[in-house]
Amino acid sequence: MEATFRIRRGDGEHGEMVDYTTEISEGMVVLDAVLQIQSGQAGDLACRWNCKAGKCGSCSAEINGMPKLMCMTRLNTLPVEEPITIEPMRAFPIEKDLVTDVSWNFEVKKRIKPFKPRPPDAPDGTWRVMQEDIDRVQEFRKCIECFLCQDVCHVLRDHEKYDEFIGPRLLVYTAALEMNPLDIEDRIGDLRNDFGIGFCNITKCCTKVCPENITITDNAIIPLKERVVDEFYDPVKRLVKLFRKK
Amino acid sequence: MTDLTTYEHDVLVIGAGGAGLRAAIEASAAGVSVGLICKSLLGKAHTVMAEGGMAAAMANVDDRDNWKVHFSDTMRGGQYVNNWRMAELHAKEAPDRVRELEAWGAVFDRTKDGKILQRNFGGHRYPRLAHVGDRTGLELIRTLQDHGIHQGIEVYMEVTVVTLLKDGDRVIGALAYEREHGRFRVFKAKAVILATGGVGRAYKITSNSWEGTGDGHALAYRAGAELIDMEFIQFHPTGMVWPPSVRGILVTEGVRGEGGILKNSEGKRFMFDDIPPLYKDQTADNPEEGWLYTQGDKNARRPPELLTRDHVARCIMREVKAGRGSPHGGVYLDIAWIKEKLPNAEEHIKKKLPSMYHQFKQLADLDITITPMEVGPTTHYIMGGVRVDADTQMSTLPGLFAAGECAAGINGANRLGGNSLSDLLVFGKRAGEHAAIYAKENSAGMVDDRQVDQAVKNALAPFEREGGENPFALQHELQDTMQNLVGIVRTENEMRQALEDVGKLKERSEHVHVPGNIDFNPAWHTALDLNNLLTVSEAITRAAIERKESRGGQYREDYPAKDAEFGKINIKIKKAEDGSMQITRVPIPEMPAELKQIIEEMG
Repeated sequence: MEATFRIRRGDGEHGEMVDYTTEISEGMVVLDAVLQIQSGQAGDLACRWNCKAGKCGSCSAEINGMPKLMCMTRLNTLPVEEPITIEPMRAFPIEKDLVTDVSWNFEVKKRIKPFKPRPPDAPDGTWRVMQEDIDRVQEFRKCIECFLCQDVCHVLRDHEKYDEFIGPRLLVYTAALEMNPLDIEDRIGDLRNDFGIGFCNITKCCTKVCPENITITDNAIIPLKERVVDEFYDPVKRLVKLFRKK
Repeated sequence: MTDLTTYEHDVLVIGAGGAGLRAAIEASAAGVSVGLICKSLLGKAHTVMAEGGMAAAMANVDDRDNWKVHFSDTMRGGQYVNNWRMAELHAKEAPDRVRELEAWGAVFDRTKDGKILQRNFGGHRYPRLAHVGDRTGLELIRTLQDHGIHQGIEVYMEVTVVTLLKDGDRVIGALAYEREHGRFRVFKAKAVILATGGVGRAYKITSNSWEGTGDGHALAYRAGAELIDMEFIQFHPTGMVWPPSVRGILVTEGVRGEGGILKNSEGKRFMFDDIPPLYKDQTADNPEEGWLYTQGDKNARRPPELLTRDHVARCIMREVKAGRGSPHGGVYLDIAWIKEKLPNAEEHIKKKLPSMYHQFKQLADLDITITPMEVGPTTHYIMGGVRVDADTQMSTLPGLFAAGECAAGINGANRLGGNSLSDLLVFGKRAGEHAAIYAKENSAGMVDDRQVDQAVKNALAPFEREGGENPFALQHELQDTMQNLVGIVRTENEMRQALEDVGKLKERSEHVHVPGNIDFNPAWHTALDLNNLLTVSEAITRAAIERKESRGGQYREDYPAKDAEFGKINIKIKKAEDGSMQITRVPIPEMPAELKQIIEEMG
């Protein structure tokens, strides 16, 4: 059986959708089709991929308009009787074909204060932590940095607040640090002033596209928002702070 | 010289998986300037695929464990052709390297008393693998990455090294190209560390990503460094076999560590049929004892499913060949059966093996809490690589270091699961430390413009030709050759055939043509990778022919037994003056008495 894939070709300035028809078989994912087209018909078709098992987060794309990992999208979940469109992530500048410049994410991450543990609990330099206290953090650390959540976030995608807002991925990263029971760094001020957490209006689009099923909005962003509110807008706390300063 | 942008660093690290990142962090901590070259984006290296854990004798779960047991397990698993000094250093230093990760933000699964939890794995006598569910590699690489970005390391993403640069005998940098615009870059360095991982892409069925093309092995070889143990390839017993598009993707040994069992089409648990004498005393002789072991019973011995990978892979092959395989040419791996033993089995499996649950559900429409998985061997790891000094990780070329999978020695003829992640931490650190020392003691070398010009010209040649060979097609042919002729079961005749085929492919590779321009061009990249794959394929085959015995990752149907004489040597590969591949047997140095004693005591 054959299927047609309508793939965006070209650089950042000029691009067009090009149709490729290729043989498909049982169990194939979109990435298989793209690689098959690459090795047979279009050797210079650029796309990123590595593990092909949903663990590295390299092959993010928009498949029939939906942000997905190409390696985890089975063809039997798509209407293959019609051309399947494959486009690069829209929130980032296009380098070539399906490859986008995601370097912004790496730059922003550097601005987030790194992990800073409390002094070790035991003389041998180790800590004691209960599993139930890290379950939440481990959920956040499943993140494979595919940046699909960044891609779909309207604050970035539509409003282009790249200078003011760090996006869901990096809020999840901050949450993993803030909720780590060993960490003693304070990032609450940064969240409010530099990371633009207030821009998130909880539409939960990020949660919907997360291939690792991380409950980004409910478990990471909303609790962080609450911490910001507690820190800056709680009248009792502000009063206490005022006295402490003296 | 062609007008190329030049970057200068004290230490240049090639490869940004676990070993490269750990090396870069260490070198940077020593106060030298460090450049880190990633073939892909930072944090996407093949280390993310490591699932089960990192082996370190911390004795958090079983207090009988210590470095001596770990050392002896590693030597036994490697069938005693390991570099014993590396095995010793590894066993002694792994616990500190794991604890250090915690200090840098890794969040490991915990024991009931709040320590780092450790799990059972093949060939390890006690529960020894620190882990995070079944995504330990991701945790490791992310921890190193997030720590590393604050250490002043200069990171070059999507850059591929084409050749190492030399000044006399000494390695003094590398020529590379950046993928986005295909531009060449000269990296000058006082010391260079290779951390490029494995060679899995030489085979058709592999757990490795497209990056595993033996770059470090080939770069080192072409520069004149020595390789050893190239015949020892690890075929992981459990890769996915169905559907075809996912064939080879890894199914973690952790499934068996959590109680998963292997069965043939007759429903028989065949691993009890063949337990090697070396492991008889350590292995359960009935299913109940095996189950108790996986549940932490200290008096029970481990089930035969947790024998070493080389052995389990061969047993699976035997079942398939005897017609007792599953419909798609594998056998069954069953974790669902534990519901007979555990009331909350479904939840337990999802909690302990979340990625496996997810992977099968999404890619194979199969619920592993209900149905057994179909699995078969997949090319996973190469024990062989750049020959290095155990303590410093320097190769036989001054200024060139290697760590992780592309270096050789610690694993001998077969690597134990979980020893890879600890290997790359221990020896990544050592490589970084000693490369920094070397860089401080030496000045920068002189780049030979002619070498650079020639390398650039060679690399661009595929664009000049009209209507030559398709690089993807050649790579596929090479993969078929290695899979069919130099795979799990080997014979001299087939390997001679493979050498001939590889030779022909090499000739054809000189006529490769790539379409399009130099901007982010996968065909071009594949053409460059192909040179490396051909070099390592030849090395694997020649070494495998030379070792006329069966041991660990090498199984010779024409020499099915172990031969004590071959137990005393490693096979060394070096480029001869005339450009041909030179094979030499080198004696393994005598083990010091105290290490010998440890091995004897451990039985």
